Amino acid sequence: MQPHSLIWILLAFSALAYILGKRWAYQVSGGHIRSLHSLPDYYGYYVALWCGLPAFLVLCLWLALDDHLILQWVLAQLPESYRNLPEDRLSLVINLIRNLLAGERQPGTVDPVLVQAAEHYRQLKSLGYQALTATVLALATAGLVYAKTRITPQLRARNAVERAILVALILSSTLAILTTIGIVLSVLFEALRFFKQVPVTEFLFGLHWSPQMAIRPDQVGASGAFGFIPLLTGTLLISAIAMLVATPVGLFSAIYLAEFSQSRTRAVIKPLLEVLAGIPTVVYGFFAALLVAPAIRDLGDAMGLTISSESALAAGLVMGIMIIPFISSLTDDALTAVPRSLREGALGLGATRAETVAGVVLPAALPGIVSGLLLAVSRAVGETMIVVMAAGMTAKLTLNPLDSVTTITVQIVGLLVGDQEFDSPKTLAAFALGLTLFLITLLLNLIALHVVRKYRETYE
Amino acid sequence: MNNHGNASVARIQSGLARRHRRERRFLWYGRIAIACALLLLAVLLTSIVILGAGAFRQTVISLDVYLDPAELAPPTPEHLAKADFQGMIKQSLRELFPGIRDRHRKRALYQLASSAAGYQLRDYVLAHPEKLGQTVSIDVLAGADVDLYMKGYIDPGAPESERRLKDYQLAWLQRLKEEGRLKLVFNRWFFTNGDSREPEQAGILVALKGSLYTMIVTFLLSFPLGIAAAVYLEEFAPQKNIWVDLIEININNLAAVPSIVFGLLGLAVFLNFFVLPRSTPLVGGLVLTLMTLPTVIIASRAALKAVPPSIREAALGVGASKMQTVTDHVLPLALPGMLTGTIIGMAQALGETAPLLMIGMVAFIVDPPNGFTDPATTLAVQVYLWADTPERGFIERTAAAIIILLAFLGLMNFAAIWLRKRMERRW
Repeated sequence: MQPHSLIWILLAFSALAYILGKRWAYQVSGGHIRSLHSLPDYYGYYVALWCGLPAFLVLCLWLALDDHLILQWVLAQLPESYRNLPEDRLSLVINLIRNLLAGERQPGTVDPVLVQAAEHYRQLKSLGYQALTATVLALATAGLVYAKTRITPQLRARNAVERAILVALILSSTLAILTTIGIVLSVLFEALRFFKQVPVTEFLFGLHWSPQMAIRPDQVGASGAFGFIPLLTGTLLISAIAMLVATPVGLFSAIYLAEFSQSRTRAVIKPLLEVLAGIPTVVYGFFAALLVAPAIRDLGDAMGLTISSESALAAGLVMGIMIIPFISSLTDDALTAVPRSLREGALGLGATRAETVAGVVLPAALPGIVSGLLLAVSRAVGETMIVVMAAGMTAKLTLNPLDSVTTITVQIVGLLVGDQEFDSPKTLAAFALGLTLFLITLLLNLIALHVVRKYRETYE
Repeated sequence: MNNHGNASVARIQSGLARRHRRERRFLWYGRIAIACALLLLAVLLTSIVILGAGAFRQTVISLDVYLDPAELAPPTPEHLAKADFQGMIKQSLRELFPGIRDRHRKRALYQLASSAAGYQLRDYVLAHPEKLGQTVSIDVLAGADVDLYMKGYIDPGAPESERRLKDYQLAWLQRLKEEGRLKLVFNRWFFTNGDSREPEQAGILVALKGSLYTMIVTFLLSFPLGIAAAVYLEEFAPQKNIWVDLIEININNLAAVPSIVFGLLGLAVFLNFFVLPRSTPLVGGLVLTLMTLPTVIIASRAALKAVPPSIREAALGVGASKMQTVTDHVLPLALPGMLTGTIIGMAQALGETAPLLMIGMVAFIVDPPNGFTDPATTLAVQVYLWADTPERGFIERTAAAIIILLAFLGLMNFAAIWLRKRMERRW
């Protein structure tokens, strides 16, 4: 039986178990619900949980593992010549078997041994599904029977059910930790495999980035250099341009909205600014590549400058627009957190409103503003679509904003989109870049957190 | 002494004017900053609307085609699959311009109609089998260059070598226009076709359905998981516990992790480890779930915080257990707030592209997906794919896809605001 129909059957079974459990509870109470420890509903849930949960867990575990196990089994049955293949060739064989199974390869075009292996795999899989169906149904029935023997008026059904719910709640909240661990481990492992082939020092301090690996030894322009410095400077250059655009606009608009504007103006303008934050970055990318970059190039032509059509300036400008609402809303939060009494004190001493803002409110809000700016930098560093669409692919070590540069995220996308083998340093390099990106942004976020914790003034 | 006082008053007064000037300057900085931001927003939106408006209209050519019963009878799908409809389209084009003998010119003539014209003719025959043996007038899609010409993107005054249509082609088009055979109609194909290499045939149906499936997966996972996590952290978690602190820090940190890193996670875990099928809404939804969960959790916690303690105390007071208090009293009151938070998170996920590039959702897909494990693409990825295509005709399609994407985002945000307005309770 197919797993998804099995899930439906299990759900129906559990619903039935709920109804049965409720009825059994009425029976053991002898018609006096008062004599039950919990409400009858809880007995229903109790039985349904016993019926459905173990079976469901087995089902999930089976589905997660059966592919691996069956594949190992099938591979172990292959003749000697296949079993002794190096790992990368073996994965090709596995792919071939999978393609046979999916019907993407005709059986006539590959080694008959593999056709046989695929057939073997198919048989084991269907046998596995039959065994799974039997196991799941047996477990569900066993749970049902066991739960029935447990039902007495004294059974603390509510407590048991509540404990199960609490466990589910705890598990969902640990998902955040699991995700982080998943990110770190998956990226770290692949990155370590990369660093086995390319030394860490070369990656961190190399001045040359050209991830094309030579297939033939005499190939031109395929040196396979993995120096990370040009990518870092490119990323920082574009981020710096973005911050130069976004910081003044974001700061001043937040100050105006928080301190000077009337509440009606604020109610109109604030949501409008937030529209900028809601626009998907791929739209900004389109805007940058199609409208801003040509405009800047034409402007340069008119002034006699040669500007690359994928200039850092265009990508940075548009990224700046994207970041404006981020900065303005974080600054706004920091400003509104400053208590009125400080402002009134300054105004009472005769300061103008501008002097109050510049001399009292801004210093008081500074930790919040600085942490907001740091978060904005980390967003600029990790931003992908704008730079993928508007910045270049070639790594140049330059600080000229009119030139084309590349960034970490552009390279990750460039290395992983399209056809590529899974063990070459070229592909693994993307994970090393991902790791550095993760660490850079993590560091920025931690500094931002630290700034707020350490320097924030607490008022009342 | 008096003199001295007068002097300082004078100094203060002269300074006052300067201070007021500074005050006004400061105000103007703020106004200029806001004007800049709003101007940029306006430029962005209007340029996209102007670019994309054209894609909602499409040029069609009316052709008179003789439906030859010798070739087409019986009009069953199996039989018609073999019939040469493209040949009939070519034939009717030749009849419009009988004088053309040259091979190059003939090919140029055939390019006036899209390569999809044959399929349109076949569908017509299938729908109207009674017309066999007659000459019918049918509107077929025009080629991409004809479409651009009709929409005014091709300047007939430019030198011949610099435009995509030759002089003689322009003369043909001029004649067709005068005969009323060329017209712009509402581009319904944009909504019913999948992706295509030919701009005039490319549509967003695959992307729309792919986005829909991906969003369903994301919603089904992130809404319950996010609420469960928020309920635990807000209602049950012990104070001052190292694990709870760790979870808190992690959630805040995940909200700031670059989205492309989630794509790397999906690639390594879901594709390489669990061997889930590539380019599918299932994997896309899983990755986007991990990405939106922090948003949903943070919003849900805010909604739970807003429920006054008196509700909890009253429920506990009449003997409800802690869990009953939460499920029967607190959760129903907090649910609207949680829902609005989730919708906002989903709107972010809908526009997200970078992590989906990592899990192979950039594939070129013509057939709309019919399930969670069929290859698909999403609206945002479709925008990226089309923006990469060099053909001029795709620019307006890209902008039109962006308009539709933005319309969806706007709708979702309005739904969130409306829900909040409607369901919000004040205590």
